[in-house]
This record gives sequence, C-alpha cells and structure tokens, in this order.
Amino acid sequence: MFYTPRETFSAFRRAPLLTSLSAAMVGLALFLVGLFSLAAHNLKLALDTLEERVEIVAYLRDDAGTDEIAEMERALYALPEVMLVEFVTKDEALVKARRELPEFREVMTDLAVNPLPASLEIELEPGSRTPATVDRLAQQARLYPFVEEVQYGQEWVDKLFTLRRMGGVTATVLGVAFAVVAALIIGTAVRIAIFARREEIKVMQLVGARDGFIRRPFLFEGAITGAAGGTLAIGLTYVTFRGIFHYLFSIEWIPVEWVAAGILAGVIFGVIASSFAVRKHLREV
Amino acid sequence: MIKFIHVTKEYARGEPALKDVSFQLPKAQFAFITGHSGSGKSTTMRLVHMAERPSHGEVRVSGFSSERTSPRDIWKLRRQVGYVFQEFRLLPGRTAQENVSFALEVTGTPDKQVRSRAQRLLSQVGLSSKAGSEVHELSGGEQQRVAIARALANEPLLLLADEPTGNLDDRATRGIMDLFWEINAMGMAVLMATHDLDLVRRYPSARVLELDQGRLVYDSHEGQDTNGSVD
Repeated sequence: MFYTPRETFSAFRRAPLLTSLSAAMVGLALFLVGLFSLAAHNLKLALDTLEERVEIVAYLRDDAGTDEIAEMERALYALPEVMLVEFVTKDEALVKARRELPEFREVMTDLAVNPLPASLEIELEPGSRTPATVDRLAQQARLYPFVEEVQYGQEWVDKLFTLRRMGGVTATVLGVAFAVVAALIIGTAVRIAIFARREEIKVMQLVGARDGFIRRPFLFEGAITGAAGGTLAIGLTYVTFRGIFHYLFSIEWIPVEWVAAGILAGVIFGVIASSFAVRKHLREV
Repeated sequence: MIKFIHVTKEYARGEPALKDVSFQLPKAQFAFITGHSGSGKSTTMRLVHMAERPSHGEVRVSGFSSERTSPRDIWKLRRQVGYVFQEFRLLPGRTAQENVSFALEVTGTPDKQVRSRAQRLLSQVGLSSKAGSEVHELSGGEQQRVAIARALANEPLLLLADEPTGNLDDRATRGIMDLFWEINAMGMAVLMATHDLDLVRRYPSARVLELDQGRLVYDSHEGQDTNGSVD
C-alpha cells in the first residue's frame, strides 16, 4: 500500500544529485515561462491603463436645454457599453482648461465671454473600447441636434487597438513557444532520470509486476519533480520581480492563479513525460 | 510445463535464431539447453518468458499460449516463471534483503509479510547472514544466490537460468548447481541454458537439449515419454 510513496522517496534518497538536477532543469525551463508571464502580465496592465483613457466627448451647443441634456445622459447610461457619463458645464470646462493648459492661462483669464462649450464625457466599459464600438457610440451621440461635435481621438483608438492585438498575438505565440521548450526540457530531464533506473523497470517486469504497478512510482516521481521544479521557477521569478521592482521600475507580481497554473503545469508535464519514458522501457522487455 | 510446437524465430536481419524447434518439458524436470554461442539458447529462454513471440509455431508455458496471451497478461505468466541471468541483474545500492523484498513488493505481497518472506527466501539459498549486505559487498556466487532467492519470490513452477554460472568460479558454480537441484527436488522444473559441456556431464540424470544454429539437434530424452503433464 505504501510501496509507491516509499519507493519514490527512496529513489530521491538513492540518487539525490540526479533527482535534484532533474528538478533544477524543470525549474529553469519553467522559469523562462515565469519571466514571460511576468512581462506579459505587466504589458497587459500597461495597455489596460492606456485603454482607460479612451473616452468620447460630445460638445454641446450653448442653447442646449437642461432637460435635453439630462435625457441624452440617461439614454447613454442605458447602453451596456457605457460605464460613466459625466456632464461638464461651460464653467467647469474653463476651469479645467486653465488647469490643464497653463500656457493659455492669461488668455483664458481675460475673457469677457466663456468660449468653451459644455460637454458630456462618456467612458466605456473595459471590453467595449474597440474602434467599432467607439465609432458607433460617437455616431449615436451626433444624432442629437444640440450636439455640436463629437471627438474621441479615432487615430489614437485605432493605434491602441492594433497594439493590443499585436500584443495578444505575440504573447500567445511566445507563450506557446516557451511552453513547448519547457515541455521538451522537462521531458528530457525526466527521461534521463528514468533511464538511470531502467534496470529497476526490467527487474519489475521479470518478476511479474503489473505495468500499472511499475508505472506508479515513476509517475509519482514525475509529479514531485514537476512540482519541485515549478516551485523553484516561481521562486526564481519572484527574485527577478523583486530585483526589477527595487532597481528598475515598478511592476506588478503575476496573479496567484498564474502561480498555481505554473506549478500545476510542472506537475502535469512531469507526469506526462514520466508516462512516455516508462512506456518506452516497458516495451523493451 | 513447457511445450514448443514447431517454433521458428526470425529477426529482421540474418538467419533465423530458431528453426522449427519442438520439445516439451514436463513438470519438475531438470533440463539443460546447450549449444555454442548464437545457437539459440537465450532466444529459447526469452520465448519461454514471452519476452519474445515466435515468428511461426506456438510456445505454451504453464497454460499460457504465445498465440493467445495478450501483453497485458504476461505478468501472470511471469509470476509462475522465475528467471536468473549470468550477470545477476540485481539492483545496485540495495541490500540482499531489499532486492528480494523488492520482487515481493512489486508483485503485491502484503507489507506485513514482505520482511519475513524475504528472510525465509534468503535462508533457503543459504544467505541469511548476508541479508543486510549491499550487493557490491557480495561475491559473485552470493549475488547469484540473491538472484535465485528473488526468482523464487513468487513460488514459481519453473525456473529459467541463462548461463547462471558463467561468471562464477568452480566452487561457486558447484554451490549454485546444488541449490538448483534442491529447488528441483521440491518439485520445480528447471531449464538451464549453458555452453559449458563439462558442467552438463557432471549431472547425467538431467535432460539435455542441444541446439546448433537454431535447430534442436539432440535430446537426451528423445523417445522417452516426455508428454507428461505439459500444463
């Protein structure tokens, strides 16, 4: 009953260098994936921050009635893509312009009449900041007769969207490539460890052990090697993260689900690699 | 116990290793397979153990047929057939007792019984005092005794021995042969491959099968009733 864990741990005890090296190889392979995850996660956060700046501004005629504006505000709020609608009065616009455009402060102070229009600033839900949605909502805002002009920085939104798509494709391709490289390294590490114990597999077959029984300690060993490697990779990634955070710039640590997924990936790769390697030796006798 | 029916074994390259070999070995018989290197002795042993299947013909061992036994069920046959080798094939880094216990554990012996049974097996081969010694601390003859104890772990009906004395001096060889005869006297069939004809001549009561270039050219029991109980 206790054969599998006992045999697995005695294998670690008998060949500590080999098993440590396997775990270290797995750890370094997954460290690559960890570094990539750290970069990808922070790139995504940076793009999210940029994306939050996407907004539509509808400038209103001076003769627009309060009821009409309130009605438009309500209608826009009702749209699922809209997160927030903020009414900016002419006075508020002037204050804001004075604050944000200090070079024109003198000009703005001596004005007899406030030339700036009131406006509705429309912020969108995170998933709706695509060029198509922004354009559609802008068209919708233009339909109101008291709307003078609608601006949303079409070029900026288009560029941001392209950047996000490029980032997504690049991250996917690189992520898959890193995962494949990690899987190959883990496969090789586990195969070397099992090759060193091929005689045990042969002896087990000779004395009539069932294939499932032979496989079990090796799969368990693969899982533990993978978990140890995964934990090492997380540790190395964290050290790197602290280093960058302290000495270069502020970045965020990867989400805890990614950490768990990293260790789980180590375990799964370890088990699969062990399974293939043992099967090869099982076929030999 | 063993029945070879017109067995031919061909490999991808070269001459067939066995050509139309037929013989049967009844229960509790002691038989030598002799012949020069490359005559097909080891192939015969591997066929009995179903590590290989015949290209033509059929091998039957203790109720298992090479034609009907699936790879998934070979473990059942192997628990009835012990196997010892010239190079012992013990697991390094383990003691004599651990090597025997390993065979018991991987074939599902309850944990509580493993230790006592391993000790009994080592006592049977005269190695009680070396139970705690690691394999590399044992002489060749002692290592072969551990291998025999391991082969007996599942109380098999047949013991295969492929050149088991090939690496041993004369004194150790005699000790191992005595052990095989003791095992045989308990009712276990023994099929031993050896190229050492002097050794074979020392045991005139044993049956001798001689292979030459894959053909069975001599059977000391030819014409005798070897049909006995084959399964």
